Amino acid sequence: MSSTVMHSNHAVAHDDHEHHDTGGNTVFGFWLYLMTDCILFASVFATYAVLVNHTAGGPSGKDIFELPYVLGETALLLVSSCTYGFAMIAAHRGFKGPTLAWLAATFVLGAGFIGMELNEFHHLIAEGFGPDKSAFLSSFFTLVGMHGLHVTAGLVWMIVMMLQVCRRGLTDRNNTRLMCLSLFWHFLDIVWICVFTIVYLMGTI
Amino acid sequence: MNPKQITSLLKRLAWLPLLMLSGCKMVLLDPKGQVGVDEKSLIITATLLMLIVVIPVIVMTLVFAWKYRASNTKATYRPNWSHSTAIELVVWIIPCVIVAILGTITWKTTHELDPYRPLDSDVKPIEVQVVSLDWKWLFIYPEQGIATVNELAFPVDTPVNFKITSQSAMNSFFIPALGSQIYSMAGMQTKLHLIANHEGSYDGFSANLSGEGFSDMKFQAIATDEQGFNDWVSQVKANAETLDLNSYPTLAAPSKADPVRYYGSVSPILYETILMQYHNGGKHAAGHEDHAGHAGHDADAGAEMAGMPMNAAEETH
Amino acid sequence: MFGKLTLEAVPFHEPIIMITLAVVAIAGLGIFGAITYYRKWGYLWTEWLTSVDHKKIGVMYILVALIMLLRGFADAIMMRGQLAIAEGASQGYLPPEHYDQIFTAHGVIMIIFMAMPFMVGLMNIAVPLQIGARDVAFPFLNSLSFWLFVAGAILVNVSLGVGEFARTGWVAYPPLAELGYSPGVGVDYYIWALQLSGLGTLLTGVNFLVTVFKMRAPGMSWMKIPVFTWACTFTNVLIVASFPILTATLGLLSLDRYLDMHFFTNELGGNAMMYINLFWAWGHPEVYILILPAFGIFSEVISTFSGKKLFGYTSMIWASGAITVLGFVVWLHHFFTMGSGANVNAFFGVATMVIAVPTGVKLFSWLFTMFRGRVQFTTPVLWTLGFMVTFTVGGMTGVLLAVPGADYVLHNSLFLIAHFHNTIIGGAVFGYLAGFTFWFPKAFGFKLDERLGKGAFWCWITGFFVAFMPLYVLGFMGMTRRLNHYDNPMWQPYLIVAFFGAGLILCGILFQLAQLVVSLRNRESLRDVTGDPWGGRTLEWSTSSPPPFYNFAVTPSVRALDAFQDMKERGEAYLRPDHYAPIHMPKNTSAGLIIGLLGAVFGFALVWHIWWLGAVSFIGMIATFIARSYNEDVDYYVQPDEVERIENLHHANFAAPRQALNTQPVAEQI
Repeated sequence: MSSTVMHSNHAVAHDDHEHHDTGGNTVFGFWLYLMTDCILFASVFATYAVLVNHTAGGPSGKDIFELPYVLGETALLLVSSCTYGFAMIAAHRGFKGPTLAWLAATFVLGAGFIGMELNEFHHLIAEGFGPDKSAFLSSFFTLVGMHGLHVTAGLVWMIVMMLQVCRRGLTDRNNTRLMCLSLFWHFLDIVWICVFTIVYLMGTI
Repeated sequence: MNPKQITSLLKRLAWLPLLMLSGCKMVLLDPKGQVGVDEKSLIITATLLMLIVVIPVIVMTLVFAWKYRASNTKATYRPNWSHSTAIELVVWIIPCVIVAILGTITWKTTHELDPYRPLDSDVKPIEVQVVSLDWKWLFIYPEQGIATVNELAFPVDTPVNFKITSQSAMNSFFIPALGSQIYSMAGMQTKLHLIANHEGSYDGFSANLSGEGFSDMKFQAIATDEQGFNDWVSQVKANAETLDLNSYPTLAAPSKADPVRYYGSVSPILYETILMQYHNGGKHAAGHEDHAGHAGHDADAGAEMAGMPMNAAEETH
Repeated sequence: MFGKLTLEAVPFHEPIIMITLAVVAIAGLGIFGAITYYRKWGYLWTEWLTSVDHKKIGVMYILVALIMLLRGFADAIMMRGQLAIAEGASQGYLPPEHYDQIFTAHGVIMIIFMAMPFMVGLMNIAVPLQIGARDVAFPFLNSLSFWLFVAGAILVNVSLGVGEFARTGWVAYPPLAELGYSPGVGVDYYIWALQLSGLGTLLTGVNFLVTVFKMRAPGMSWMKIPVFTWACTFTNVLIVASFPILTATLGLLSLDRYLDMHFFTNELGGNAMMYINLFWAWGHPEVYILILPAFGIFSEVISTFSGKKLFGYTSMIWASGAITVLGFVVWLHHFFTMGSGANVNAFFGVATMVIAVPTGVKLFSWLFTMFRGRVQFTTPVLWTLGFMVTFTVGGMTGVLLAVPGADYVLHNSLFLIAHFHNTIIGGAVFGYLAGFTFWFPKAFGFKLDERLGKGAFWCWITGFFVAFMPLYVLGFMGMTRRLNHYDNPMWQPYLIVAFFGAGLILCGILFQLAQLVVSLRNRESLRDVTGDPWGGRTLEWSTSSPPPFYNFAVTPSVRALDAFQDMKERGEAYLRPDHYAPIHMPKNTSAGLIIGLLGAVFGFALVWHIWWLGAVSFIGMIATFIARSYNEDVDYYVQPDEVERIENLHHANFAAPRQALNTQPVAEQI
């Protein structure tokens, strides 16, 4: 019978592992999801690399990119990563108010980034350089736009998180989700650095 | 299916045993040109090599299953026997050896049978430009200044250098009796080198779905002696119709099951124009440069854009 | 208001389609009526539709897979019928515009909506039980995956009655799939059906990876994981790494079609070769996604029914790992005829052959598992033996196609069709059917009728050979794929034989349906009271059949590979603890169902350009997801007295045989 007792001891000791919403599983799962997202971006990057010279008589990157403007966008997104970091520090310390404030700052910076990107797209289309004009432009709009859609999704998520933190405070569940959003946000930052380097920098030089 | 059709089916079915025996009906095993002959012997070699493993595996499956059936209590039973270094070494090494041999053969033959490689022959090759249209084949003979639809002819024992492109969807240019096929793609040129060593008229068709009329996208490839070919050329030349940039769009419009058509003369820039039509008119030179820049395979044509550069791009990511 | 959708989208003039629709409608009404009459809606809703229990989700996956098997098979037999008669002057009974939809639908349905859900269903049923877990890592996500997959399946089937399906072949190569050459809605149905179900598959991959990484029973180290779970894990790695490529590729194709972009068009710099590369960068791993779990099933089956440990477990795992990695560097062998250089073709050809090495090792491992065993010829074993013979042939023809010099003449021929059916039917489908028979008693508590099962097997295997061996011959006779009609009288006899082969396979399917009905009727005599009907070796057999919703009253503790066999040999199986602890379980939710169905509406709206409906359903999906995230009442504890009550019931069922089961080596019971 001793083994029986051991079995049940295991069950008790093991019990904590089984919680479905243990943060560890969620963050690991989210990290895996980010890897799949990474492959999604890699595919579109590959497409861009293939099509970058297929301008079909239209403009090339050199003709349409405004590096200083994009540098501004980049700065907004990089700073937003910092502010999100501060939000996480505040959350770890259990300070609800500062967490919300930093999240709000991050949201404003992210929204600024999206605003600038939309403005850039609007200008390009108005000048007649829309995504339907050449394979290069298609891949440019798609790559940058896909990153923009991700950031937009991140912004929606951020609003939801702010409301949830407001309502329920920094519970375990909310902390796990803030952690996932943090991974997402920094991941998008890294992707943007790749976009900035490969599309804008290499395109203008 | 009405009863009449069924009876006719059954009548045809009666033929079956006979057909099974007559291997010569299999066009791939009865090739009429050197490329096809090499490919046939490659298929046979590779198959025999693999049978070295395949037959023992199938036999062992049946033998082991029968010998160690549950009702055979006389057979040895060792429920915990699950590892033997010797057996595992053997089962890793044997497939490795066979794949190594087959891999070597593959490497060698892939280079020898590369569709882009001009054939070794003392005879001066004949040039044919091939365009797949919706849903018919256009053959242009730049040296003879003629063009045909759905019929192709060339002298026997003479290498034929095909340059292939497409007007619209992707097709695959294939004459099974002579050997290799290759895709035809719009805005791009692929190449194929074939030769016929026997006179005859061989079936050719598209081996890649290109839409509604695809099933009837067939042509005859006629291999004759020198005289026969010259007669054929004169016959085509005698035709008053001209294929030029003005009449081409009518021909290119989608149509199904087209009859053979001869054009006594053809615009010398037609093929090049078809090939470059998607390279955006005025900026032609730019497109030209771009593709020559990364054509890894064979940089003699500006619009060369075979799979190679694509794969290079794939692999960097 | 309704975008491009008008009444003309319904093909009233196509008698075949209208009759099919009528039959489906009558059957649907019948089922609806029956559920209403027996007042089962509530039961259906709480026990199945909103369930997050992996076992029930698994059963629902397989149910849909079987229905789609019937649909895909109907397509197959129509094609074989067409080709059996369409010689010479006869154009057959299917015009190209209809026939082209049928072969496209057949391919898409069989791969994405039959094989994938069958595989995912078996994985759902078996994997958590095999690793001693109570559920998957994210039960809600699992339900969502299932309903997204259903949304895709709905779209494919709606295309039958409203509009059309793609006429491009299941690969949908541009430029043929571009708006210029495929202006109808068919390709759009294809895109959204694949996108929705692909998203579901991707989430499943993530979910099961986390489950296997994080939720194994204590003591189950990596090299003690059952071989089927290992196979599924490699499959999930492949899913996670390859499905995003499909999402991206179809996304780009839809941008071409919807926003006039130029990724794959002929015009303005598009490059169709890029689509073909990207498609197969997903498509080749996809075939290993299908086959690896089947390999895992054969391993479990052959070891269980030989009453013997699996031979060369370590080799097996490494072989699967090698296949997983190599699966990503062979995609170009699908288009050797595109004009890549000889070096490129040779590299991909040799890389493909190298995969034959680990596959060969697996075959030998199964052989030596039978060696010195006691092989019982149950239905799953017949499927396994049938597979070993059939798949070896398929592997050989596959290696032949991997030799570029041979592929130059065999590419796109019926030889190719015979080859991949040889591996997919003889490999994946046989494996799933073996797994279906093997785990059926676990999922439902009673075994399937053996006689009918064997009948199904013999029909399937002879049907397979009769249907596909002629296709190998036709490949050598120069017949290419996707032809609607032909004028070579020598091909016809072979095509007629192939048609009869398809008829034999139909008998196999009918046997299978009969087997389900008969077994259900005789379920009392087929009842499995012990939970271990086959003398199983892994943990799923240690719990009752069907398992309680919490799977294990006490989390098992693992000391060896074949953990349950080890427990039986130690006499520790079926021991009961002196008290039970509370068990933490997830609550049911309708969120997955709602999001999935909204997904189907979303896809339909985009197919027909009904933008407002697309926007509404998309916002609905997001809103449901957010609402679900606000719900904190998602789990509960099962109290010890409830656990005790359920366990007492189970153990009372087989008090007598239990002692015998525990002490004797399994093989000697027979």
